[in-house]
Amino acid sequence: MVDVAVQPNRGVVAGSKRKRSSLQTAMKRKSTTAFLMTLPLIILIAVLVIYPAFYSLHLATLNKSMQRFVGLGNFEFLFKRETFWLVVKQSCIFAITAVIFKALIGFIVAHFVHNIPAKGQRKWRGMLLVPWVIPPAMSTLAWLWLFDPSYSAFNYTLAYFGVGPVPWTGDAAWARFSVILVNIWVGAPFFMIMYLAALKSVPDQLYEAAAIDGANWWQRIWYVTLPMMRNIIAITTLFSLIVTFANFDIVRILTAGGPLDHTHIFATWAFRVGIEGSDVPLGASVSLFMVPILAIAAVFILRDINKRGNES
Amino acid sequence: MSRKKLSRRQFVAATALTSAAFVAAPYVRGAHAAGKLSIGFWDHWVPGANKASTELVNEWAAKEKVEVTIDYIPSQGNKLLLTIQAEAQAKSGHDIMAMATWLPHAHAENLEPVNEVVEAVIKQSGDVNGTVRYLGVANGKWLGVPACVGSQIKGPCSRIDLMKKHAGIDVQAMYPAGAPPKAEGWTTDTFLKAAEACHKGGVPFGIGLGETSDNVDTVGAFFLAFGAEVVDAKGKVVVKNDNVRAVLEYYKKLMAFLPPDAPAWDDSSNNKWLVSGRGALIMNPPSAWAVARRDAPQIAEQCWTHGFPVGPKGRFAPFLPFYWSIWKFAKNKEAAKSLLLHLSQPEAIEKMVTASGGYDLPAFEKLTTLKTWAEEGPPKGTLYHYPNPHKHQVLSISASPAPPKVAQQIYTQATLTKMCVRFYQGEPMEKTLAWAEGELEGFMRS
Repeated sequence: MVDVAVQPNRGVVAGSKRKRSSLQTAMKRKSTTAFLMTLPLIILIAVLVIYPAFYSLHLATLNKSMQRFVGLGNFEFLFKRETFWLVVKQSCIFAITAVIFKALIGFIVAHFVHNIPAKGQRKWRGMLLVPWVIPPAMSTLAWLWLFDPSYSAFNYTLAYFGVGPVPWTGDAAWARFSVILVNIWVGAPFFMIMYLAALKSVPDQLYEAAAIDGANWWQRIWYVTLPMMRNIIAITTLFSLIVTFANFDIVRILTAGGPLDHTHIFATWAFRVGIEGSDVPLGASVSLFMVPILAIAAVFILRDINKRGNES
Repeated sequence: MSRKKLSRRQFVAATALTSAAFVAAPYVRGAHAAGKLSIGFWDHWVPGANKASTELVNEWAAKEKVEVTIDYIPSQGNKLLLTIQAEAQAKSGHDIMAMATWLPHAHAENLEPVNEVVEAVIKQSGDVNGTVRYLGVANGKWLGVPACVGSQIKGPCSRIDLMKKHAGIDVQAMYPAGAPPKAEGWTTDTFLKAAEACHKGGVPFGIGLGETSDNVDTVGAFFLAFGAEVVDAKGKVVVKNDNVRAVLEYYKKLMAFLPPDAPAWDDSSNNKWLVSGRGALIMNPPSAWAVARRDAPQIAEQCWTHGFPVGPKGRFAPFLPFYWSIWKFAKNKEAAKSLLLHLSQPEAIEKMVTASGGYDLPAFEKLTTLKTWAEEGPPKGTLYHYPNPHKHQVLSISASPAPPKVAQQIYTQATLTKMCVRFYQGEPMEKTLAWAEGELEGFMRS
């Protein structure tokens, strides 16, 4: 009886001890601690990214008044719109051109900075990062004044040389050029800093070996630098492509999609249709259009990186 | 339930009394009318104008014992628009929201009808113009109370000296302060000749052809002046008609005399054009003049706000009303209605008009001759004709008479200005019309 009377207590004590010890063990595990430490971020992402993403998917399946389920009807409607295909074309031109030039300029500038003696390099790195550090909405406002239709500072300067006035935002081709230029200006420092980090990690012995083999400057770039930077180039390109496709502020501030819709990209057109035009489901559909395409591109690029990682 | 029925009766009784004499018994306050009320007002750009609204609200709140919170939300950066869209999605937010032009119709399903309030105010202060009704009523229900704050006419603001010098037009004689306009000769043809003359004189008219509101409003008024409907009142696409062809031809001629960068203009471009002294005329409410008065007084002294030119089908001016709407999910609807009634009283409106320096326009016909517009200056009387006191022009909105939800698409997508620019840039007329037809058919979604 005593045993029986005592046993349940012992069981409870033993059980709670076991629980406590298993909790302690769990807490001691690195993975648990890591999970707990990232939990605030996970919650934040779930609330601010995952929920809105699913909500926008839901919105994209509704009719204009958001009272009826229309399945893929909004996408079917979009595919028949001339303006939508214009936006698709422009988004591709905008993102691809901007990313190519950002990568190219970033690569060249990274080389210049890499060759600056270590003492002065920090200053240059800091200065070159400024366009990327300033909030784009602010720096684009400064560009807007430079491009202003009637009072452009660029045109004012060009007039001294008898050139212009250039319709920076008034002509379709020039407007496209302007928005891409600003995007490159903002984004190139990111490429520069990433490439600079990659360049610093290339072992000097490889260049020495290449030099002994008689490789010239171009061959050193082609056979040593580029292969060693391949992964970082792929990652930065992918990241930048996604961000540039989703750009909003630069185009919105500089041209608001004009003239004649010739600078609209997905985000600005989605805003025009969804928020300004009060057709939220159609706006959601426009903004979601690129998701599958970018997701496939991301899978391929990341798979390639992974494969190379395994090979090495 | 019984409380709700009771409050309604109380409210109807109160509005009936108010239509006779608001001052005596504005609102029979029920127990539920106390409590809280949250308001999202448009943040006025005129310094001190918000203060007038706050004072009026506080005055009412003290009397009715309601705890009120006011948020002044700027339209700059579309903040007001985004707040409205977010609240509509969340079905939560302010009780009263200031809604511009197309938004009452866009959110009609989420708005509380306010017929009792508007009808009482109309009885007291006179009827509203057709555009206010077109934008504010759906299926016989008023979706908001026409607000004085933020409502505006975007008529011509001319430079007296430059128009006299280059076009030989005395705008003050045409639109004398304190007297009806003598504007029979102010036709679209005269306007075109004046545009040409001022262009030759190096001070072109500052009319934009971009995709923002000011540009769309101006082109819309010209379309109406030519009877050029693109979608009729029943929602049928009728863009391929001779009136549209005529207005496109007219605009093509006009565009040749406008600044070459006009297709890139936004809503600030015309203001800058006037204030910098580069142009002889812009289409804008008196905000540009007010800025000139502060920054370039010598230019402000030469500004005169007046009416639109008359076209083959009439004289139309763009009118953009604001509304104060109550969400269906508002927690204190009766108190909200009571407050809106209070804000729509003639004394309240006069106070707001004065505080805005004459920028704000009441929608009600008996309130278009307040002394502010006659007295504002320099030059004195520059705003006399701004509120259309002699009703010599039809107050209109671009893209009307298309059903409002379709017209909103035409307006926000700037279809009319795009048509003008495409045709001006050399696209054949029929191709422009075919493009517009395709666009307009896409706006018929429901």
